[in-house]
Amino acid sequence: MPYRLEVENLNVYFGESHILKDINININNNMVTSLIGPSGCGKSTFIRTLNRMNDTIPTFKKDGTVLLDGKDIYDPNVDVVDLRKKVGMVFQKPNPFPKSIFDNVAYGLGIHGVNDKDIISKKVEESLKAAALWDEVKDKLEMSAMGLSGGQQQRLCIARTIAVEPEVILMDEPCSALDPISTTKIEDLIHKLKNDYTIIIVTHNMQQATRVSKCTAFFLHGEIVESGLTDKLFMEPVDKRTEDYITGRFG
Amino acid sequence: MNRIISPKNSQKIMETIFWASGIFTVFLLILVIGYILVNGLPVINLNFIFGQPIDNGAAGGILPFIISTIYVTFVALVVATPLGVGGAVYLAEYAGENALVKAIRFGSEILASIPSIVFGLFGFAFFVVYLDFGFSVLSGGLTLALMAMPTILRTAEVAIESVPKSYSEGSMALGASKWQTISQVILPAAVPGIITGVILGMARAVEETAAILYTVGAAIQAPVSIFDPGQPLPLHLYTLATEGISMPFAYGTAAVLVILILVITIVTNTLVDRYTKKMMGR
Amino acid sequence: MTEKKEDKFVQWVLFATGISSILIIILIIAFIFREGLPAILQIGFFNFIFGMVWNPDNGIYGVFPMIVGTLLTTLIALLFAVPLSLCCSIFLAEIAPPNMRKILKPTIQGLAGIPSVVYGFFGLVIIVPFMRIHFGGSGFSVLSASLILTVMILPTIISISEDALRSVPYEYNEASLALGATQWQTIKNVIFPAALPGIITAIILGMGRAIGETMAVIMVAGNVVQIPGSIFEPVRTLTSNIALEMGYATGIHYNALFATGIVLLTVIIILLLIANYINYKKRVTIGGGYL
Ligand SMILES: Nc1ncnc2c1ncn2[C@@H]1O[C@H](COP(=O)(O)OP(=O)(O)OP(=O)(O)O)[C@@H](O)[C@H]1O
Ligand SMILES: [Mg+2]
Repeated sequence: MPYRLEVENLNVYFGESHILKDINININNNMVTSLIGPSGCGKSTFIRTLNRMNDTIPTFKKDGTVLLDGKDIYDPNVDVVDLRKKVGMVFQKPNPFPKSIFDNVAYGLGIHGVNDKDIISKKVEESLKAAALWDEVKDKLEMSAMGLSGGQQQRLCIARTIAVEPEVILMDEPCSALDPISTTKIEDLIHKLKNDYTIIIVTHNMQQATRVSKCTAFFLHGEIVESGLTDKLFMEPVDKRTEDYITGRFG
Repeated sequence: MNRIISPKNSQKIMETIFWASGIFTVFLLILVIGYILVNGLPVINLNFIFGQPIDNGAAGGILPFIISTIYVTFVALVVATPLGVGGAVYLAEYAGENALVKAIRFGSEILASIPSIVFGLFGFAFFVVYLDFGFSVLSGGLTLALMAMPTILRTAEVAIESVPKSYSEGSMALGASKWQTISQVILPAAVPGIITGVILGMARAVEETAAILYTVGAAIQAPVSIFDPGQPLPLHLYTLATEGISMPFAYGTAAVLVILILVITIVTNTLVDRYTKKMMGR
Repeated sequence: MTEKKEDKFVQWVLFATGISSILIIILIIAFIFREGLPAILQIGFFNFIFGMVWNPDNGIYGVFPMIVGTLLTTLIALLFAVPLSLCCSIFLAEIAPPNMRKILKPTIQGLAGIPSVVYGFFGLVIIVPFMRIHFGGSGFSVLSASLILTVMILPTIISISEDALRSVPYEYNEASLALGATQWQTIKNVIFPAALPGIITAIILGMGRAIGETMAVIMVAGNVVQIPGSIFEPVRTLTSNIALEMGYATGIHYNALFATGIVLLTVIIILLLIANYINYKKRVTIGGGYL
């Protein structure tokens, strides 16, 4: 089976600082991949390279290639807008727009030229259901999203991402701002979504990585120290540094 | 996706429009300032700046008008600075967030937005007639003080509020009284910001015309006493231009005014820049 | 003086300076009304506001043409200034690279700093002749005044709108881009609506500035008391009316000019109240969670 994402010799710089060093990793189709590692090791930078969100940072520079379905996403002919439609992203802090719940989910559809009211409402409902939020909000779709709880807001952001039908979903510590119950709900949701989407999730929580992902990559100081099947990486790590990190013997 | 203009194209179009509007704004400034300076600078020489006017300003120099401007602005600042800074200290350090504070804020907001000609009306009715100061530097200066005060107050308040809390806590912990803390720790740290406020107030006083139209008089001689009438530069420019006394001199006077304001702006910016750099450095 | 007493004294002095802005505003309103109210009472409120004729020689004082003049010059100025300043503020807040910002910020300061009489003078020597040559008439006209006002209110609207746009959280921007929106779609659909209360405030304050402007308008508007038939005809605004006639007005004429001041003052205070209400409302909606 071909890989969905192939990253080869990726180096990322912000101005003078060399943030990611020689990253090589392949990401499988319809599967969850976790990225773990201590704070500041470059996990966010890495996933933001995959949907070219780093392009918004003026000092960003990179070399190496990132292939999505075999095509270089940094090719000059590639349109960032199309890429981001295919590679959706959920952020660490829930960031719904200051609009109604309905409008939040419908936003991406409007952006991509869907105008038919019926299609939009159908799609909004589907997405909210897929994000396991429908039952909680179906009676108050016109309410401002700002009035939802943190966990609901995060699921709304996932629904918003799903609505534009991406192929890959990037999640940057989606649970770090949430309480345990909301976290469980999001994890259940990830389990449900993994059949249809390729998911890459950054997490600080190693239990979470073992619970949700098939594969895991361990980042340290901008390098991938070890990557592979999650079970193997946690049960019998090859690298000493991985072992130190997962056993908590690490600063 | 059957849209008339694709998102990509509308992005390109809008970006062009935004750039154009930015460049057009710069062009407007260059047009106004450039035109005034190109026509006014040739008129300016030592004689023009330091000479006495002849024939109501059709020839000679503009020294009395420059003196009037300085005099009136000085009076305005002497009155407005303590009021503005005092008010700022009160708002930032003493008052809580109550109805009175809201009223003070709204009051200074109105004060900042009242049309200048209404200040002129008030200055005439109150200072010139009621207090019987006559058409004088004092009446004009006091009227301008009312206009400069809200500017000073707002800028000073921001400056005082941006002094780190740790400064005053440090001082209080040493047993200093509130006023000792304010006068010896907070105000010195806020001085650059307060000076910026005073300079901005000064700019407002220097450029104002309508408010002094019927308060300061229209004397050709330089005022000596505070009760003498004067004719600050903007007023003089108005007279020159509308009564057709001398176009070249009108350009010259306008150029002097523009240069004055540019200098004031540049000085403020350098000050603010240095101040922020210093704060960042700490 | 003991420390305690000194502190009390200082606090009292600061309190006095603090409330001075309220006292001053009350004093101003009181004096304008004291001098202006007799005119309104004598002429009659309705006759004064809606009177079509202003003829001090015959004791007829109607400010309606001046109200129209003020509204007309202001609205046309807004028509030009709002699109330009909104584009410019979006450019500054979202698009301009740092070196362009470094040019544009002082430019706006400069535009704000140029004395109104210099603007008036510029209008007199550039815009008025231009209008005369291209559109006939004297060149002193509604349009001339509006064009000068446009330039004068640009800095107000641009700087306040820019602040409003900048205060929109960066997360909204990222969220929208991550969904595949273009920058313009993001600005139009997310950033602009979120900044709208601030932008409306900016426009209202710009409007206040246009209504209150005196010297620049007086020098280019022609100052004929009439309801203009077209934008190429002269008008007189409320502010100009005061400035033009204060020099020689006596008796009821003098009071009528203060009454014109009452009209101006009322309009400005109402505009400020609206601006404050919008800001207050904004806080309520964001805090309360309902749109
Ligand atoms: N815009 C930027 N400009 C310069 N340096 C940056 C920028 N963004 C991040 N960095 C640096 O890049 C490094 C990696 O940051 P990144 O956010 O990718 O780490 P992370 O692994 O996601 O950490 P965390 O777990 O705390 O989220 C850090 O040293 C950070 O300081
Ligand atoms: Mg991170």
